[in-house]
Amino acid sequence: MKRRSLLQRFAAAPHIAWSVLFIIIPLLFIIYYTFTDASGGFTLENLSTIASPEYLMIFLRSVMFSILATVICLLIGYPLAYRIASMKPRTQRIAIVLVMLPMWLNFLIRTYCLKILLNDQGIINTFLGNFGIEPLKLLNTSGAVIFAMVYNYLPYMILPIYTVISKMDQNLLTAAADLGCNRFQTLTKVVLPLSFSGIMSGVTMVFVPSISTFYISDAMGGRTFSLIGDTIERQFKEADNYNVGSALSLVLMILIIISMSIMNKYSDDDGGVVV
Amino acid sequence: MQDNDGVLIRLENVSKSFDGEVILDHIDLEIKHNEFVTLLGPSGCGKTTTLRIIGGFVDADEGHVYFEGKKINDVPPYQRNINTVFQRYALFPHLNVYENIAFGLRLKKMSDEEIRDKVKSMLAMVNLKGFEKRSVTALSGGQQQRVAIARALVNEPRALLLDEPLSALDAKLRKDMQKELKEIQKRTGITFIFVTHDQEEALSMSDKVVVMADGRIQQIGTPVEIYNEPINAFVADFIGESNIVTGIMPRDYVVTFAGHSFQCEDAGFAPNEKVDVVVRPEDIDIVPLDQAMLTGEVTSVTFKGDYYEIIVDIDHFKWMIESTDRVNAGDIIGISIDPYEIQVMKRSEYSDTFGDYSSFSDEMDELSDPAPEEME
Amino acid sequence: MKKVSNIYTALCFLILYAPVAVMILFSFNSSDSIFSFDGFSLQWYKSILNGGEAVDTLINSLVLAALSAVISTVVGTAAAIGIFHMKHKWIKNATMQVTNIPMMNPDIVTGISMMLLFITVGTLIKANILGFGTILIAHITFSLPYVILSVMPKLRQLDPNLTEAALDLGCTPMQAFLKVELPAILPGIISGMIMAFTLSLDDFVISYFTTGASFKTFPTYIYSLVKKPFKPNIYALSSIMTVAVLVLLIISNVISARGESSGKPAKVKKQRRTRKEAQE
Repeated sequence: MKRRSLLQRFAAAPHIAWSVLFIIIPLLFIIYYTFTDASGGFTLENLSTIASPEYLMIFLRSVMFSILATVICLLIGYPLAYRIASMKPRTQRIAIVLVMLPMWLNFLIRTYCLKILLNDQGIINTFLGNFGIEPLKLLNTSGAVIFAMVYNYLPYMILPIYTVISKMDQNLLTAAADLGCNRFQTLTKVVLPLSFSGIMSGVTMVFVPSISTFYISDAMGGRTFSLIGDTIERQFKEADNYNVGSALSLVLMILIIISMSIMNKYSDDDGGVVV
Repeated sequence: MQDNDGVLIRLENVSKSFDGEVILDHIDLEIKHNEFVTLLGPSGCGKTTTLRIIGGFVDADEGHVYFEGKKINDVPPYQRNINTVFQRYALFPHLNVYENIAFGLRLKKMSDEEIRDKVKSMLAMVNLKGFEKRSVTALSGGQQQRVAIARALVNEPRALLLDEPLSALDAKLRKDMQKELKEIQKRTGITFIFVTHDQEEALSMSDKVVVMADGRIQQIGTPVEIYNEPINAFVADFIGESNIVTGIMPRDYVVTFAGHSFQCEDAGFAPNEKVDVVVRPEDIDIVPLDQAMLTGEVTSVTFKGDYYEIIVDIDHFKWMIESTDRVNAGDIIGISIDPYEIQVMKRSEYSDTFGDYSSFSDEMDELSDPAPEEME
Repeated sequence: MKKVSNIYTALCFLILYAPVAVMILFSFNSSDSIFSFDGFSLQWYKSILNGGEAVDTLINSLVLAALSAVISTVVGTAAAIGIFHMKHKWIKNATMQVTNIPMMNPDIVTGISMMLLFITVGTLIKANILGFGTILIAHITFSLPYVILSVMPKLRQLDPNLTEAALDLGCTPMQAFLKVELPAILPGIISGMIMAFTLSLDDFVISYFTTGASFKTFPTYIYSLVKKPFKPNIYALSSIMTVAVLVLLIISNVISARGESSGKPAKVKKQRRTRKEAQE
C-alpha cells in the first residue's frame, strides 16, 4: 500500500468521535425511550399506544399527503425543469437562481405568506370579492396543507431533475431525432428514462421532508389535519411524553427507510438513491 | 560512504505484493552513475512499482534499497536526492510555469536571485524561454512535459525517475522528446531511470535495458545485447519481431529445428538438450531452392515501404521474413540462415507460449500490448 | 407548443413568487397588520435600525451560522481527507453511512434524538444545558455531511501524482498538504462552508428542539411569534435578506459565468438528501 502520512491516518478521528457522540448515541436514546416507561422500566406500551386507530389515522394521513405532494411536485416540476434545461445557457442560469431564491426565505415566513394569500380576507378572496364572488374557504383545508407542501418543496424536485437533464448529452437527443423520434417521443423514450436518477433524488428530497414536516399542517390546516411531525412535536413540547414521542420517531424513521429501499429496488445502479 | 564501482542505486532482494498479488518477486538491480537505464516490460510487470520504490512512494515488503551505499528503505521521498517526472506530469495547476519550476528551490529557502537564475537556465535548457508567466494548464502536452522535466532537474538530483513520460504525446513529438531527453541526460550527467512499455523507445535511448515480466527481471543488458542475444522466449518475443521455434542441441555449435540441422555459435548445453531458438525476420535470407536449408510456401506478403513482410509456411509453422526481395503469395521459396543469426536459448516458463505468425496482424500486436499506463 | 410551455413556465414562477411578493408588499405597510395593506410606509425598515428582538435574534443566527460553518468545515475537511485515505473499504463505508445519517434522517428525528441526549446529560449534571452550546453542537452535526460531501469529490479528482510530486520536490507531507492539496480542494471546502453557513442560518426544526430559552435564533424567534400575530418588521428583515441573497447569487453567477463559459448550473443552496453524492 501507499504510505499514508500521520495527517491522512488520523484526520477522520475527531469526526468519528463526533459522529458517535452526536449521531449514534442520540439515536440509541430514541430506541431506549421507545422501549421504556416514565420510570425507566422495559415496556412495549408505547408501541401499542401508537398502534391505536387514532395514531394509525395520523400515519395514514401523513403518508397520503406526502405521496400526493410528491406526485404533484413531480408533475409540476418535471416539465418546468425540462423547459429550463432547454433555454439558452444565460437564461438557464437566471431561471435556476429564480427557482432557488424563494428557498432562501425562511420556511416559516414562506408558509405564513401562503396563509395570507389563502386567508378568508386574504388577497385571493379580496380579488374574487371584487367580482362579487363569495369568499372561498381556502385555508384550513387538506388542500391547503398539500399546497403548502408542494410550494415549500417544489424547488427540491426541480433542481436535481434540471441538473440531470442539463448534463444530458445533446447528441443523444439528436440521435433520437435522427432515428425518427418526434419531440414527444424523444421526451418519453430518451429524456425521461435518462433523467430517472434525477427524478429519484427529487422524489426523495420532497417525500422525506413532507412526511416529517410539522407546522405546515398546523398553519394551513388549523390543527385539524395533524401529521406525524406535529404529533411528535406535541409529545415533546406539550405532552412531555418522550416515550411515545420516541416511539413515533422510530416508526417514522423505519417508514422512511422502507420507502427508500422500495425506491431503491426500482432505481438502477446509477439511480443513485441509497439509504 | 562507500562507492563500489560507481553504483548509485542498488536493489537487493526486493519484493512487493498488493492485496496478495505478487508485483515484485525478489528483484536485484544495480544502477550506476550517469547511466540511462530503462525498465521495460508489459503492463503489470512491476516496472512502475520498482520506480516508485526507488522514489520512496511505495515501501518494499522485503529487501533493501541502497542509495550511494546507504540503506534508504525508511527515508521518505522528500529526503531522497531523487526527483521524478510523472506520467501525467503532475504540474501544480494553481502555480504558473515559473513557480512550478521554482517549487523545490523555494522549499530549500534559496534566495530569489538564485532561484531566478536557476529557473531561467532550466527554461532555456528545455526550450521554454519566455514561458515563465504562463499558466501550466494552458500548455500543450509537449510543453507540460518540458516543464515537468525542468521542475525535477532544477533540484539537481543524483537520479531522475521518469514514469512513461512520453506516453501521452503523439508519435512525432515522442520521437523528438526521446532525442531531447537523451541530450539532456548526456549534458547533465544525471542518472536517468526511465520506465516504458515501448521497446523501440527503450532500445533507442538507453545505455542499459532492464526487461521485466511477471514481477521478475528477465534480462539486463545493452540494447544490442538484449536484441541480439535474448535470454529467453519472453525477451525475444517482447523485443522486436522474432521467430521462436523449439529445437534440440545434439552437440555444441549445432542445433536442429524444423527438421534441419543448422550450424550455430552457441555451446555449453547438455547433449540433445531441448532449447528455444530465435531467428529475427530480417536475418533470414531468401535463396534459390537448390541452396535452401528450408523450403516453404509463401502465404502472405505485405509491403512495408523499405521491405516486404513475408509469411512463409514451413512444415505448418508460419515464419516471418523481412526481405527486400519480391515474392508472391503461393510461391515456394527457399531460405537460409547464417550461423551467427541463430540465437539458442535455455528453455524457460515462457517456452511454447509464443506461437508462430499464423494469426499475425499489426492490430493483434497492439491488442496484446494494451494499456499505456500501469494500474498500480 | 412553445407558447403553451412559456405560459406554463410563467405561471409556475408567478405562483413561486406570489408569497414573496406578498411579503415585500407588506413590509411597506403603513399599519401593523400583516393581512390588510393600508398604505405605503418605510416605518418597518426604520424600526429595524432601532434594533429589537428581531434584529438581535438575526445576529444570533448569523453568529451561530458563522461559528458552526467554520467548525464543521475544519472538522469535515479533515474527516474527508481521513475517510478518503482509509485503508479498509468496510470502515470507509461504515463511516460514510454514519456520516450521512443526519442528511437522510428527517430533521425532526435528528432534532429530538439530540434533545434526548442533551436533556439526559442535563439531568445528570443537574443543569439545563439547552442553549447556545447545544444548538451549536447540533448545527455542526447536521452540517458535517455536507462539508464532507463537497470536499470528497475534489479529493477524488485530485491527481495523486500531485502530492507525490510535492514530496518528490522536497515537501514534508504537511507542506505538501498545505502547498498543493489544500489549494486544489479549496473550491470544495469553500462551497462546503457556504452550504454549512446557509443550512445553519435557515434551520428551524433542529434548532427548535436543541436550544433553550437562553438562546433564540431568527427562525425560532419567528416561530414564537406565530402564535401571536407578528408585525411587518419581520417581513422587512426577510425582504432585506432576500434581496441580499439575490445580489449574492447574481454576483456568484456572473463570476462563475466569467470563469467558465460553459453552462454550469448555479450552486444549489440545499442539496439535502441527494443520495447520489452520498455514495462512495
